[in-house]
Amino acid sequence: MASSRENTADQTSLWGLAPYPVIMADRSGTVLAVNDAAGVLLKGAASGVSMADVAPAWLAEAHRDVCVGTVPATRTDGDRTAPASVSGRIAANSFEAHPSLAPDGSVVWWLVDDTDRRLAEEALATERERTRFLSEASNVLLASLNTGRCMAATAQLAAEYLADVAVVVAPATGGKLPLARAVDGKAAERALLGADPSDLPGLAEALQGFPPVPSRWIDPAALPAWALPQDFTETIGSVVVTPLPGHGVPAGALILLRRSGSAQFSENEEVFARLFAARAGAALSAARLYSEQSAITQTLMRDLLPPTLQRLDGVEIAGGYRPAGAAEQVGGDFYDVHPGIAATDASLVVLGDVCGKGLEAAVLTGKIRNTLQALLPMADDHERMLRLLNGALLNSYHTRFATLVLASVQRAGNEVRLRLTSAGHPHPLVIRADGTVEHVPTRGSLIGVLPTIEARTVETVLRPGDTCLLHTDGFTEARGGPLGDEMFGDERLRQALSECADMPAEAVVDRIQMLASQWVRNGPHDDMALIAISAPHTHHLSAVNGHTRGRYTA
Amino acid sequence: MNAPTLVTSTEELRDQLWEAVTSRDEYRAAGIVFTALDNGMDTETVLLDLIAPVQTKVGTEWAANRLSVAQEHAASAITERVIAALAHHPAPRTPPTRGHITVACVDQEWHSLPARLLAEVLTLRGWRVDFLGAQVPTQHLIAHLHNSGAETVALSSSIPTRLPTAHAAITACQAIGIPVLAGGAAFGHDGRYARLLGANAWAPDARAAARQLTDGIPAPNLASGRHQVDDLPHLADQEYTLVARTQPQLVKTVLVQLEDRFPAMAAYTAHQRERTAEDIAHIVEFLTVALYTDDDDLFTGFITWTAGILTARHVPARSLHPALDILAAELKDFPRATRLLDQARFALDRAPTTTGSHPGAPA
Repeated sequence: MASSRENTADQTSLWGLAPYPVIMADRSGTVLAVNDAAGVLLKGAASGVSMADVAPAWLAEAHRDVCVGTVPATRTDGDRTAPASVSGRIAANSFEAHPSLAPDGSVVWWLVDDTDRRLAEEALATERERTRFLSEASNVLLASLNTGRCMAATAQLAAEYLADVAVVVAPATGGKLPLARAVDGKAAERALLGADPSDLPGLAEALQGFPPVPSRWIDPAALPAWALPQDFTETIGSVVVTPLPGHGVPAGALILLRRSGSAQFSENEEVFARLFAARAGAALSAARLYSEQSAITQTLMRDLLPPTLQRLDGVEIAGGYRPAGAAEQVGGDFYDVHPGIAATDASLVVLGDVCGKGLEAAVLTGKIRNTLQALLPMADDHERMLRLLNGALLNSYHTRFATLVLASVQRAGNEVRLRLTSAGHPHPLVIRADGTVEHVPTRGSLIGVLPTIEARTVETVLRPGDTCLLHTDGFTEARGGPLGDEMFGDERLRQALSECADMPAEAVVDRIQMLASQWVRNGPHDDMALIAISAPHTHHLSAVNGHTRGRYTA
Repeated sequence: MNAPTLVTSTEELRDQLWEAVTSRDEYRAAGIVFTALDNGMDTETVLLDLIAPVQTKVGTEWAANRLSVAQEHAASAITERVIAALAHHPAPRTPPTRGHITVACVDQEWHSLPARLLAEVLTLRGWRVDFLGAQVPTQHLIAHLHNSGAETVALSSSIPTRLPTAHAAITACQAIGIPVLAGGAAFGHDGRYARLLGANAWAPDARAAARQLTDGIPAPNLASGRHQVDDLPHLADQEYTLVARTQPQLVKTVLVQLEDRFPAMAAYTAHQRERTAEDIAHIVEFLTVALYTDDDDLFTGFITWTAGILTARHVPARSLHPALDILAAELKDFPRATRLLDQARFALDRAPTTTGSHPGAPA
């Protein structure tokens, strides 16, 4: 035993030089020696005291485990194996304790301060988590241009990562506050409330874009009930209100709430919440801009869209329109149906084609449609109508011209009388019930080029099962087909129409549109518009026209 | 004397409706449907057990050459009108209390009736429904979703050749966070193509679709940022791209070589020649989609179905062989195309030439 003690003394003098705290204890848990560093770190540590009295609980316990051999040897020092290291806190710092076994069974504990590394690792993990969150948040936020969905996504993301409860408040519309509220990362609920944002300190300011109010300034007790999700009854412990910065205008505000048991918001967390708010605000204001723009477009476009057609006085009228660009809703082709002013008057059907494509051409179609509507009282004289339209177009700043065809439609018993006038437009076609296809030989000058025009009106009669088709050249000039580059042409159109004998008007339109669509496949094509006018097939009047109950009415 | 039976069975009503729509008698068709409603049949049953089966029969009868194109279109038009008129029947209606659904057909899909029936059924069950109709370009669908804020899209496609377009539409909807319920014959009788293309759900019929929507379809995960090619890694071999881009040239080559092999074709009229070119174009189109989905059954199924159609129209089905042989020679450097063509030729030799329902049949 004496030699062991001498050894210990030698070793102790060497440990004294070690930059790390070192403490040695025997199998019974009695400290045999400590170096100076360990003496400073562990108050009262000296030879002869018990480990349990001077070492922190985690270390004393680890010592017991090592002594009874329950710790697997995982560390290898040369040819000797040593028990695994443990770690824990001593005072404010964090330590790793590496044990070495002495031959007599006592254990030397080498303590290494790893506080800084641990802090760095924690900071790194936090930053990684935040980066992952921000990149996921960007994916989610950028996905939708719908403001409601965007608000809901923002609230859900914030309630998943930044707070227990998150509320997104958008600027008031029509005196009401749009809200999205989410709890614990679950799907958000949306609401439109007649609430006053000044109920919550800092919210009215945040909605106007003022800097955020520090969370410690906001008393959770001041939180109005509307700011909490329905069915949420827990107490709120801390509140953060952050503006959502938009493109030039405030996009709203983000309210973050934590339960009273949870930690308060740290300054670091408030800064991070603002980083998130910047992304959410950008996404929300993009969504708002998009919805404002598309509302404007829809309003302006409403009158340019082809009208919904229905039967007139028992005559079937069906139309179809496909603009040149898949992205467009309107183009240079147009049609309109104007019911006769009095029940006995003929209805006027118009179909035309303005030179050019896209929105600019569509704007001119709107003008033409308005002008023709104003000229309806003289619909019994197509040529006069066209002359006046020509004058109006010549006097406008547009340099475009148009071709069109007018059809006055009047039912007489089973038959339909048509007066057709073409102004530089492809001939109207009549499909007889037996499958013959006739072209109606009306002709006239195009509109908007020459000061004087000519037009010849031709009359024809549709008997039951006959259909008159008005179309634009987008069909006949469509390129495609099985070989990819052929024109659809007049002959194919006539052939296709001859198979449409005795079909309802809608079916003729569907059929021709389908064939054209198959012909061009994914290739480019011009605007395509068509209208079919069919004589009622039987002696019945309209049975079902989509607007009445639909019964035998004749 | 027996009193006349007042209640007619659904099957009898179906036969009557079939008679009416195929003889172009809209008034009788409407009468049958309204009488059924007045006799207490509920609107959903009228739509799904009376109208829908008749419409399916229109498709199969056309395939069997027992119905002309004109009759097929006329029947569909009449059905459309009757459905529209149903909306005005005083049968009890449900106010919209459930979620907001958009129902649309994929671009270039003109069979809108299945989607129309679904839209009507969902409305009846209390959903708020936007029905966008046939041939909805993906851009319009997405713009509509941004504006309307609908929660789910029900996407319909009847023809398998629209599957690549359907895939683009599915991924586009999911990219803006909206789940897609796929339906229609194009997605396969068991929904295999819906799964392949990553649709969030698939339903074989309107009732199943309504059930799935009620159960809730989880929203796609936006955080992952998925691409079309992630669903179909085989697209990386570029076979689909190369064949799809040269479709017209392939059709031309096959047509020219067929004329070399069969001098009789020189006597074809322009019309006959065009029909032949169309048939070839159809084969190439299905081959292209089979390359997209990498699915043997899709192409083989089409070839045997076409053989059936040809037989019904008194054209020998073996006339398909030379076209497939020429395609195989032209595409010999494309391993997947070669595999598909081999499978199809093998199946054609064994196939009993009967007509039946097929994904390509108009629904």
